[in-house]
Amino acid sequence: MYGGQQLNKEMKQFFIFVKKECLHIWRDRRTLFILIWMPVVQIVLYGFALTNEVKNSKIAIFDQSRDQATMAISNEIAASRYFNLVKNVYSYEQIGATFRQGKIRMAVVFPRGFRYDLLHSNHAQIQLIADASDPNTANTLTNYATAIINDYQQSLNNNADLPYTIKTQLRMLYNPELKGAYNFVPGVMALVLMLVCAMMTSISIVKEKEMGTMEVILVSPLKPFRIIIAKTVPYLLVSMLNIASILLLSVYALDVPIVGSLWLLLGESVLFTITSLSVGILISNGAKTQQTAMFTSMMSLFLPTLLFSGFLFPVENMPIPLQVISNVVPSKWYYIIVKSVMIKGLGFSAVWKETLILVAMTLTLLSISIYKFKIRLA
Amino acid sequence: MAKDKVITANNLTKKFGAFTAVDAISFDVEKGEIFGFLGANGAGKTTAMRMLCGLSRPSSGQATVAGFDVYKQTELIKKNIGYMSQKFSLYEDLTIRENIRFYGGIYGLSDNRIKEKTEELVRQLHLEGQEKSLVRSLPIGWKQKLAFSIAIVHEPAIVFLDEPTGGVDPITRREFWGLIYEASARGITIFVTTHYMDEAEYCNRVSIMVDGRIDALDSPANLMKNNAADSMDEVFLHLARKAVRSAD
Repeated sequence: MYGGQQLNKEMKQFFIFVKKECLHIWRDRRTLFILIWMPVVQIVLYGFALTNEVKNSKIAIFDQSRDQATMAISNEIAASRYFNLVKNVYSYEQIGATFRQGKIRMAVVFPRGFRYDLLHSNHAQIQLIADASDPNTANTLTNYATAIINDYQQSLNNNADLPYTIKTQLRMLYNPELKGAYNFVPGVMALVLMLVCAMMTSISIVKEKEMGTMEVILVSPLKPFRIIIAKTVPYLLVSMLNIASILLLSVYALDVPIVGSLWLLLGESVLFTITSLSVGILISNGAKTQQTAMFTSMMSLFLPTLLFSGFLFPVENMPIPLQVISNVVPSKWYYIIVKSVMIKGLGFSAVWKETLILVAMTLTLLSISIYKFKIRLA
Repeated sequence: MAKDKVITANNLTKKFGAFTAVDAISFDVEKGEIFGFLGANGAGKTTAMRMLCGLSRPSSGQATVAGFDVYKQTELIKKNIGYMSQKFSLYEDLTIRENIRFYGGIYGLSDNRIKEKTEELVRQLHLEGQEKSLVRSLPIGWKQKLAFSIAIVHEPAIVFLDEPTGGVDPITRREFWGLIYEASARGITIFVTTHYMDEAEYCNRVSIMVDGRIDALDSPANLMKNNAADSMDEVFLHLARKAVRSAD
């Protein structure tokens, strides 16, 4: 029948086209990899590894009474899976120093004569001091601690005639109003700088390769090293502009102050910009097309910065393998530096380790890039 | 009359692992000569040219370009040669004037000289009034001529042209070769690779590479006579038929 044959032909035509499309996808292994593996990786990461849930947060206890009650509460807190008691401190100065070193997220302070106050006036206080540069974590931690203290209070009241009250006094360091901006401004700075520098450098260098003008430049008297530097200079300037605008907006529109030295902040930002540019150069060495360059930048820079720098998900809550990965991500160290200098007002002595790490990373990246570049010409 | 030799090559070889891309080629190019470097795709032309430009280190053999050694004096070579790539080596998103400024600057021309050269070029190519247009807007024939003129903006001893006339109609190609003749008359040596055999007839001498070796080196007239051929096409077919390697 004519009608049936025509339909058959059209179906065949249609399926041949579908088959061709499937072949395209199958032959593009890289995209296929992403399409299939990405969802798996995402679920694993978000489901198991990355979490806003706070566990094993490092805390310290300053117990000025050392009596039955304080020991009981301390034991409860230390035993909780949310807390990891790393230090017993013996003075307020020590507390300050420990916070400055970034070693703890929260400190529990028991005043002198805690049990005495409880027994004689049915009323006592505990002070909770939290590092609020990450306001969400600070909130969560103080809530957990308060809950534990309330439990203890409850257990006392079960066997008593008069109700006992233990009041918790909260002190949020660095960010008394618990503004989210205090946490995300440093994060955005890290993200923006890393992305702009690395992506644009890799694209610009690869574009030159694609356009065919790279060959001509290599034949010219201009030394390869200088070509690379010249390519990164505009992005250095753009990044300076970005830093300036972010800082201006943060201070005047978001009310995020720059507590520490502005010069130190700018200096560290320039260092991080150079680190990011080095990553861009490394990517551009390998990439043959702009598409590859952009893709590699996204995968190896944007995503890791977003996930592992610590600004969305606290690093200490990740499983160990991910924590190791986060150490390799330059943005993580810059994020710590910016928080320390901008929000906590600390000086170079507090961030020299992180600075050194960034310098080492930059030198390593540049050496590899130059080495690879030279090999290509041999 | 003995002329200066601007390029000398003696058993120049380039190996990539076990693969010999350029196999002990030897030839000379005289000053002011238009030297055609022919061969099929994959014969080794580009690799050989990269060695002469100082972009690639030879595996063995000797060569000098503009009197400088390709092993030890690549920086000096680069200062004294011009280069036009297959893709014309112009920045499409820059204006004509900006392109001239860039390349002139890289080759160390003074600001005044760049200005002079810009005016000269614009006049020569009949581009008056268009100095500030983006190169992107030029027709391909004009881009080609501009690219060549810029390649010799610093009046180098030799200019290397890598397949310069791809994708252009015969009339435009003829005009392009007109520019080449002018440059040659000024004493600039032209080293051009091409696989358009009819262009070979415009050259003073021609070498044909097959499988990494030079199988023929002579003037087009002699080659045609010795191979009983009426055109360079036939000469090429005759020689390249023996080739083992095909395009990479």
